[in-house]
Amino acid sequence: MTAIRIEGLTKRYGSGDTAVDALKGVDMSIAAGEVVGLIGPSGSGKSTLLKCLGAVTEPTAGRMTLGGETIFDSGQGGWISKDLHALRRDRIGFVFQAPYLIPFLDVTDNVALLPMLAGKSNNQSRLRAMELLRALDVAHRAKASVVQLSGGEQQRVAIARALANQPPVILADEPTAPLDSERALIVMTILGQMASQYQTAIIVVTHDEKIIPTFRRIYHIRDGITYEEQGEGRTLQGLS
Amino acid sequence: MISLAGRDILHSWGKYLFTGVGLGLLIGVTLSMAGIYRGMVDDARALLKNSGADLWVVQKDTLGPYAEPSSLHDDLYRSLQGMPGVAETGNVTYLTMQAQRQGQDVRVMVVGFEPGHPGEPAHLVAGRPVTRAHYEAVADIKAGFSLNDRVKIRRHDYQVVGLTQRMVSSSGDPMLFIPLKDAQEAQFLKDNDAIVNDRARTTANPALNRPGIPGLLDAIISSQSTNHSVNAVLVRVAKDWESEQVAQGIRRWKHVQAYTLVQMEEILVAKLIATSARQIAMFLVILAIVSAAIVSFIIYTMTLGKIREIAVLKLIGTRDRSIASMILQEALGLGLVGFVVGKSAATLWAPYFPKFVLLETGDTVRGFFAVMLICAIASIVAIRAALRVDPATAIGG
Repeated sequence: MTAIRIEGLTKRYGSGDTAVDALKGVDMSIAAGEVVGLIGPSGSGKSTLLKCLGAVTEPTAGRMTLGGETIFDSGQGGWISKDLHALRRDRIGFVFQAPYLIPFLDVTDNVALLPMLAGKSNNQSRLRAMELLRALDVAHRAKASVVQLSGGEQQRVAIARALANQPPVILADEPTAPLDSERALIVMTILGQMASQYQTAIIVVTHDEKIIPTFRRIYHIRDGITYEEQGEGRTLQGLS
Repeated sequence: MISLAGRDILHSWGKYLFTGVGLGLLIGVTLSMAGIYRGMVDDARALLKNSGADLWVVQKDTLGPYAEPSSLHDDLYRSLQGMPGVAETGNVTYLTMQAQRQGQDVRVMVVGFEPGHPGEPAHLVAGRPVTRAHYEAVADIKAGFSLNDRVKIRRHDYQVVGLTQRMVSSSGDPMLFIPLKDAQEAQFLKDNDAIVNDRARTTANPALNRPGIPGLLDAIISSQSTNHSVNAVLVRVAKDWESEQVAQGIRRWKHVQAYTLVQMEEILVAKLIATSARQIAMFLVILAIVSAAIVSFIIYTMTLGKIREIAVLKLIGTRDRSIASMILQEALGLGLVGFVVGKSAATLWAPYFPKFVLLETGDTVRGFFAVMLICAIASIVAIRAALRVDPATAIGG
């Protein structure tokens, strides 16, 4: 089942002589439970693509489908749902280079915040948070302040937060950049497990050479155009 | 739903509390300024109420005795007592001066009064009333005197035999009550050198020292060294008589001015302390603006300090109203902490002010709502900044 499909996505900044085409007809298709890499040099359009996929920047043209449902179609006037907050909250997960956890919430509430924002009860939200924290092996720090966690633990909590509302897609922006090789591969393994367990498609934007062999499929992006390539799809054991 | 504002406050409660205390001290100053104005008005009202009079009879075309100099003959009271509706009269003199206590200057309003008549101290908190004709005094407790203290007024020493309270002039100086005759002497009698000088001048004046009229010079010298003036005659109106009705009769037949309690209050509050009140009002306005600017700056800085978190919150789907509500709640919380600290501080330091500071409940309630309103308005700048944050900044690139 296709989790996310992108067809002919373009993004133009500015107009007239100063117009810049950051994306020039991107096509992508990612299945549920699949982890793909998005690789490209600086200025290639990675961040623009991520912002379009994350519903924070409106594409100029094209079509995006999430879990079989069209969320953007320039032929239909752009975003189908005008409530982009709800779209991001319920259907897209985010993992950043730095965990960017909310420092004034404890570990559980950082994860439970999303279901709460979606209207679930505090109890249901915390149960869901605990389930994810257990799956990511950080349940023992559930009541800790996020500033007391190690970098690896913080990244696990960030992954749990991204999964909290069971979104069909997670956008991971250089999630292993601050980590050493061992921890980076652990994070990639976790992302792979979570994708498989929760049937979530994960797009990992990265420059990190050490994790590139873990992808089965890689999208290279250059000058706003994507090229697909089959990856090695090695596991942690295969790499070590 | 989690209270984001509550969690943020708990997370950095130390910073929040210290900021609140700083703001609170500013609010305390603002409340004290309002209290100083209320104290001035209350002092004025206490001055009138405690005098026990219904009418103030003063020199014609003056606002005396508190607002303008007023001088009347001290036998005027006799004719006033014969007027319809007049139950009681009392001569009074008022003189603000530096008295001396144990070699130290004390600024007081010396009141000359006749015991048993309007104008005497309303009630005593210690000691006894003045019973001797001379050299005894009753002092307001705020002047710092104790019973049996000796106070020097002009050439004479007086013994403090009683203490009273809330008897202050309209400018807040504590009152010192002495017998009328002593007060007249203190107010009008000159020092020995001046008297000798005046006598010599009078004797040298051929128009006053006329050999053909024996006794003229002595009579003139005698009149120069005695005084029969008072500043006002206080009148208590008989039962079933209206003050204004009695005042009209006095004005018409005695060619003097008579003010009722309401009119005197108007003179004291609307005229005598009006400039001070405007001064304080200006301070209040400036303090309110400064407080608003400070709250605004604090909230704005606090918001900028978590701009990344706000971007993340927006990116993960937190609605703008939730973020605005978080900032507003933090601003109101800061205002609440500041107000509690400010009110406590104002209450604690009020007794140490040299003048009476009256912190009225009504002002406290109004102050509370003003602080909350200022905080709400001050948070607008921070809310605008937060709502302008692009969730894309959390992604970077």
